[in-house]
Amino acid sequence: MRKPFAITLIPGSSLANLTGTWRTSRPVYLDRLPPCNNACPAGENIQGWLFHAESGDYEAAWRELVKDNPLPAVMGRVCYHPCESSCNRKQIDAPVGINSVERFLGDEAIKRGWQFDAPAAATGKRVLVVGAGPSGLSAAYHLARMGHTVEIHEAGPFAGGMMRFGIPKYRLPREVLDAEVQRIVNLGVTIRLNSKVDNILDTMKQGHFDATFLAVGAHIGKRTNIHAGAAAKIVDAVSVLRSMEGEEKPMLGRRVVVYGGGNTAIDVARTAKRLGASEAIIVYRRTREKMPAHDLEVEEALQEGIMIKWLSTIKRVDDEGKLTVEKMELDDKGMPQPTGEFETLESDSLVLALGQDVDLSLLEGVPGLEVNDGTVQVSPNMMTGYPGIFAGGDMVPSERTVTVAVGHGKKAARHIDAWLRGAVYQPAAKHELADFKNLNTWYYSDAPKTVRPMLDVIRRQSSFDEVQGGLDETNALFEARRCLSCGNCFECDNCYGVCPDNAVIKLGAGKRYEFNYDYCKGCGICVTECPSGSIKMVPEDI
Amino acid sequence: MSYQPVKFYQTGTFTVGNRLLAPVERSVQQSERRSNSINSGHRACQGCGEALGARYAIDAAMAASNGQLIAANATGCLEVFSTPYPESSWQVPWIHSLFGNTPAVATGIAAAMKVKGRKEVRVVAQGGDGGTADIGFGCLSGMFERNDDVLYICYDNQGYMNTGVQRSSATPPAARTATTMPVGPEPGNVFGQGKNLPEIAMAHGIPYVATATVADLRDLEYKVKRAMNVHGARYLHIFVPCPLGWGSQSNDTIRLARLAKETGLFPVFEARHGEVTGVLKIRRKQAVEEYLKPQRRFAHLFGNDPHTEVIARIQAIADRNIRKYNLLDEEG
Repeated sequence: MRKPFAITLIPGSSLANLTGTWRTSRPVYLDRLPPCNNACPAGENIQGWLFHAESGDYEAAWRELVKDNPLPAVMGRVCYHPCESSCNRKQIDAPVGINSVERFLGDEAIKRGWQFDAPAAATGKRVLVVGAGPSGLSAAYHLARMGHTVEIHEAGPFAGGMMRFGIPKYRLPREVLDAEVQRIVNLGVTIRLNSKVDNILDTMKQGHFDATFLAVGAHIGKRTNIHAGAAAKIVDAVSVLRSMEGEEKPMLGRRVVVYGGGNTAIDVARTAKRLGASEAIIVYRRTREKMPAHDLEVEEALQEGIMIKWLSTIKRVDDEGKLTVEKMELDDKGMPQPTGEFETLESDSLVLALGQDVDLSLLEGVPGLEVNDGTVQVSPNMMTGYPGIFAGGDMVPSERTVTVAVGHGKKAARHIDAWLRGAVYQPAAKHELADFKNLNTWYYSDAPKTVRPMLDVIRRQSSFDEVQGGLDETNALFEARRCLSCGNCFECDNCYGVCPDNAVIKLGAGKRYEFNYDYCKGCGICVTECPSGSIKMVPEDI
Repeated sequence: MSYQPVKFYQTGTFTVGNRLLAPVERSVQQSERRSNSINSGHRACQGCGEALGARYAIDAAMAASNGQLIAANATGCLEVFSTPYPESSWQVPWIHSLFGNTPAVATGIAAAMKVKGRKEVRVVAQGGDGGTADIGFGCLSGMFERNDDVLYICYDNQGYMNTGVQRSSATPPAARTATTMPVGPEPGNVFGQGKNLPEIAMAHGIPYVATATVADLRDLEYKVKRAMNVHGARYLHIFVPCPLGWGSQSNDTIRLARLAKETGLFPVFEARHGEVTGVLKIRRKQAVEEYLKPQRRFAHLFGNDPHTEVIARIQAIADRNIRKYNLLDEEG
């Protein structure tokens, strides 16, 4: 070759120089577990469905969501959203309004008539689900999607369980519940209403069921030892809330006293107010900090004029409804102790909201079943001591919320499916947690949380209209886009851009990136500048 | 008007790319089809800010000129690590000149293109702060004064790093260099005026002068594009941290550039015909210590007996910049 003047070597490209050999540690892409997903009792892939919602593809978001939870419109109203409490964004401004976006997606699905994907090929296996509450519906849904034939036997006149007979309308409008139940029925799940199971083994045998999921809930109001006159009006909270679904609304009078400190106590006091009580007073033996009710609901109740007597127990009720209340004080262990100081309180009725027990009569004669403290014991795979009978929801030891129940249903369904195939379900290993310190928050836009509209207090005190409003499309989209996508690549191209050595290969939309280790010098800029913490450095073997 | 960031798209335009932006709003760097003007295999140190800044700037200039670009390059790190004979990383027509005459070489190329009627071909000249502020300063001033149709880009890493970390007239006060320490007990560079190249360029009244950092790609690309839309002499001063010369972690390059801007030590602005027309506001103001501490060249200021009075003087420089360029929002 003829070379130019004074040139003795053929010019070439620097690509011949593989600078990857300089590296002592290498960047690798990984998915970390976002704290919201980690906290969700229903095991939702929240970051995953928010990703679709961010681009305005609400149907894809909804489909990702219902892979885990068939009741998003319900969940977007009644869930106490532990996801938001653990959201990393709270360390920047305020948590992402996950619950409100979930509700928006649920409502959008109802509005647009989206249906579930068709079930897998039929397996020929028959599963009985006892109880059409959140846990039973969730299990039935998941089992049906896996191709099993599912029949729900429900003792009550409607499906929904505590979502209908426990949660008041102002928190969960019934048409929303009906729409989400109907969608599960449309999937092919049979629901037999007014069909109480008296003996589980007989029902299984008669119906040729291969497995059973028990989810009868906890519907029996607990009583306590109160000296009461014969004419005193004492009712339990579960019965009051249940009768709200019937023709005859409960007669509680002008002055209603509620005894207890859980969410049910709050629900029943707010219901009494809406039924026309001029005074609704909650008597609770400890303090607000110790109260098991969710603080947001306590706050809403106080706004509506519900009064709460802290550190008080009810000793006696006479025939005229006069209550004798003893003041308590907390000891150093935080337990209430009597002080011997008494006062009286006028009331037309006393509602006991002291917790609920499980009706276990259908389990009589089942061998191997273990009942402890009024709840059915299950192993980590949700199976009772009797092979093929699984249980979940309020009837097993757990936190009694709709979300936990839905999670039980999903978990049980996976184990039932494996058990029916003679296998053992092995959940995938959890990724390491995406901690706040893994994020580079510089890159996120400043965007404070969108506040959901609340119903005017006057209308809240007098009607059962829904208290909390929803988001519309523009602010739901805004809220979804506040997600930091912790620990999961959202294809912001930062690694591709910031590499001084062009050693990141962009694979195209939806396919993420790859490192070109031939040229990556291991400087680690991509790791430091990744907003979501989806890259980490690992030492090279040298 | 300065560059307007897009907000509320999860990351808005803070990141390099964003799947939610319309194609016209996307950056040059996010594209799989960017020209990669300086290719892999170059011999820059791990985490080199200059290699990154050069790709950002020249890719943007290539995009703005539809690939019709010629680059002249002064001696310095950028030339040495990219083009050791007979290899080159450059994927644009590129010419190496002496340390001191790059503006003159670029002027000559622009004149040649004009004579040949090649109006579409644009010319950039580039060099480090040594080649620009010290050695090539006379040629640069001449290029400005004649208003030659060249975009001059200075990659400022605050010293002669290629020659073993030597002081330049852009080395900041109190920064320690390896080979040019002042006489006396203090190892840091003396306090003094130095040369503020962007302001000197502005004093020539040329059509466009701007500063940028490798920490804000969208602002940098905006400024290159803006400069390419103008004819005449233009000057772009890009702040590029140097892990080797500054004694910083290789992964901190962008973080340090961001801190330089957020502390106010490096004001990011643009100017037309000698008048400042826009500044990039400080988003999360930081004290200068945050910027100084990760760099070993300032380590002598800290330790058991911190030189608080020296740190206060550096803070005063930052505060003066903030006041002078109005870098903080009113409510900030």
